[in-house]
Amino acid sequence: MRNIWIYILISAAVTYLIRVTPLILIRREIKNRTVRSFLYYVPTVTLAVMTVPAIIDTTASPVSGLAALLVGIVLAAMGKSMFTVAVVCPVVVLILEYFLI
Amino acid sequence: MNGKKLLLTGLKDGIPIALAYFAVAFALGIAAGKAGFSAIQAVILSITNNASAGEYAAISMVASSAGYVETALMILVANARYFLMSCTISQKFSKSTPFYHRLLIGFALTDEIFAINVARKSDLQPAYAYGAVSVAIPGWALGTGLGVVMGNILPAFAVSALSTALFGMFIAIIVPPAVKNKTMAVLVILSFILSTLADRLTLLKNIPSGTKTIILTVVIALGAAIIRPIPTDDDCE
Repeated sequence: MRNIWIYILISAAVTYLIRVTPLILIRREIKNRTVRSFLYYVPTVTLAVMTVPAIIDTTASPVSGLAALLVGIVLAAMGKSMFTVAVVCPVVVLILEYFLI
Repeated sequence: MNGKKLLLTGLKDGIPIALAYFAVAFALGIAAGKAGFSAIQAVILSITNNASAGEYAAISMVASSAGYVETALMILVANARYFLMSCTISQKFSKSTPFYHRLLIGFALTDEIFAINVARKSDLQPAYAYGAVSVAIPGWALGTGLGVVMGNILPAFAVSALSTALFGMFIAIIVPPAVKNKTMAVLVILSFILSTLADRLTLLKNIPSGTKTIILTVVIALGAAIIRPIPTDDDCE
């Protein structure tokens, strides 16, 4: 078992450096098109990779996880807020598992 | 607007953010508790990181007893978007704003704090940003701590259901750009498929999940950047 405090320290330090480095160094806009495009795509791609298949594996039944994923996608596509989507997903899982199990 | 009024406006705008954070942080706290974090450790993780995906990544690394270097790389990928946001925010600082404000605001530049500051027409007003941050961070930190405590009390099915709140937030972040942009939509679907394949293929079973996330993100985002680069300002002129 590794030390959790060290993980906290590492993630805090790396996160702060990511945020503060551009504020300290960059006085002008990044011009390189590939770098800009890469930075533009990274957040969406990494969150997508972290969400699937994890959301299906985290619930008691894969069916309820899949349902939460689909309902979340539809709500988000309709422009519902982060708060709404974050609250509805667990509700979908609870309702389905109450009837399925 | 004077400093005090700016601070109060920031506080007011920070309240809905704090409420949303509380709900999501609660789910994050449940995950942290499962990975072995105490409530205090989870609160400190949240106060020092202020990053949902980054903290979730850190928690998964603890859960899988990943190496420290691998953890640092994973955090770098999970939080890479903040680099871009900071680049944008750096353009909003007026020359008259003292330098130390950059160091302080950089600490708490979450997606939402970024969004409300970018949405304002004026140069970045540190007092406004501090007002919003001073409500949002406590909401975030308390939610995480309470999630750890409640995660140990609630029945297993409730815990697993509540865990999906965090993924709900991720979905709320990734879907809107995919609706607006066809390339983004293709990338999201491609990410879902490749991530599932990487997880299920027995051939890749021995690669730690954090490493898979890093490799997939870099390969997919770099491929997209080369094949479908975003239009630059020069192209618009």
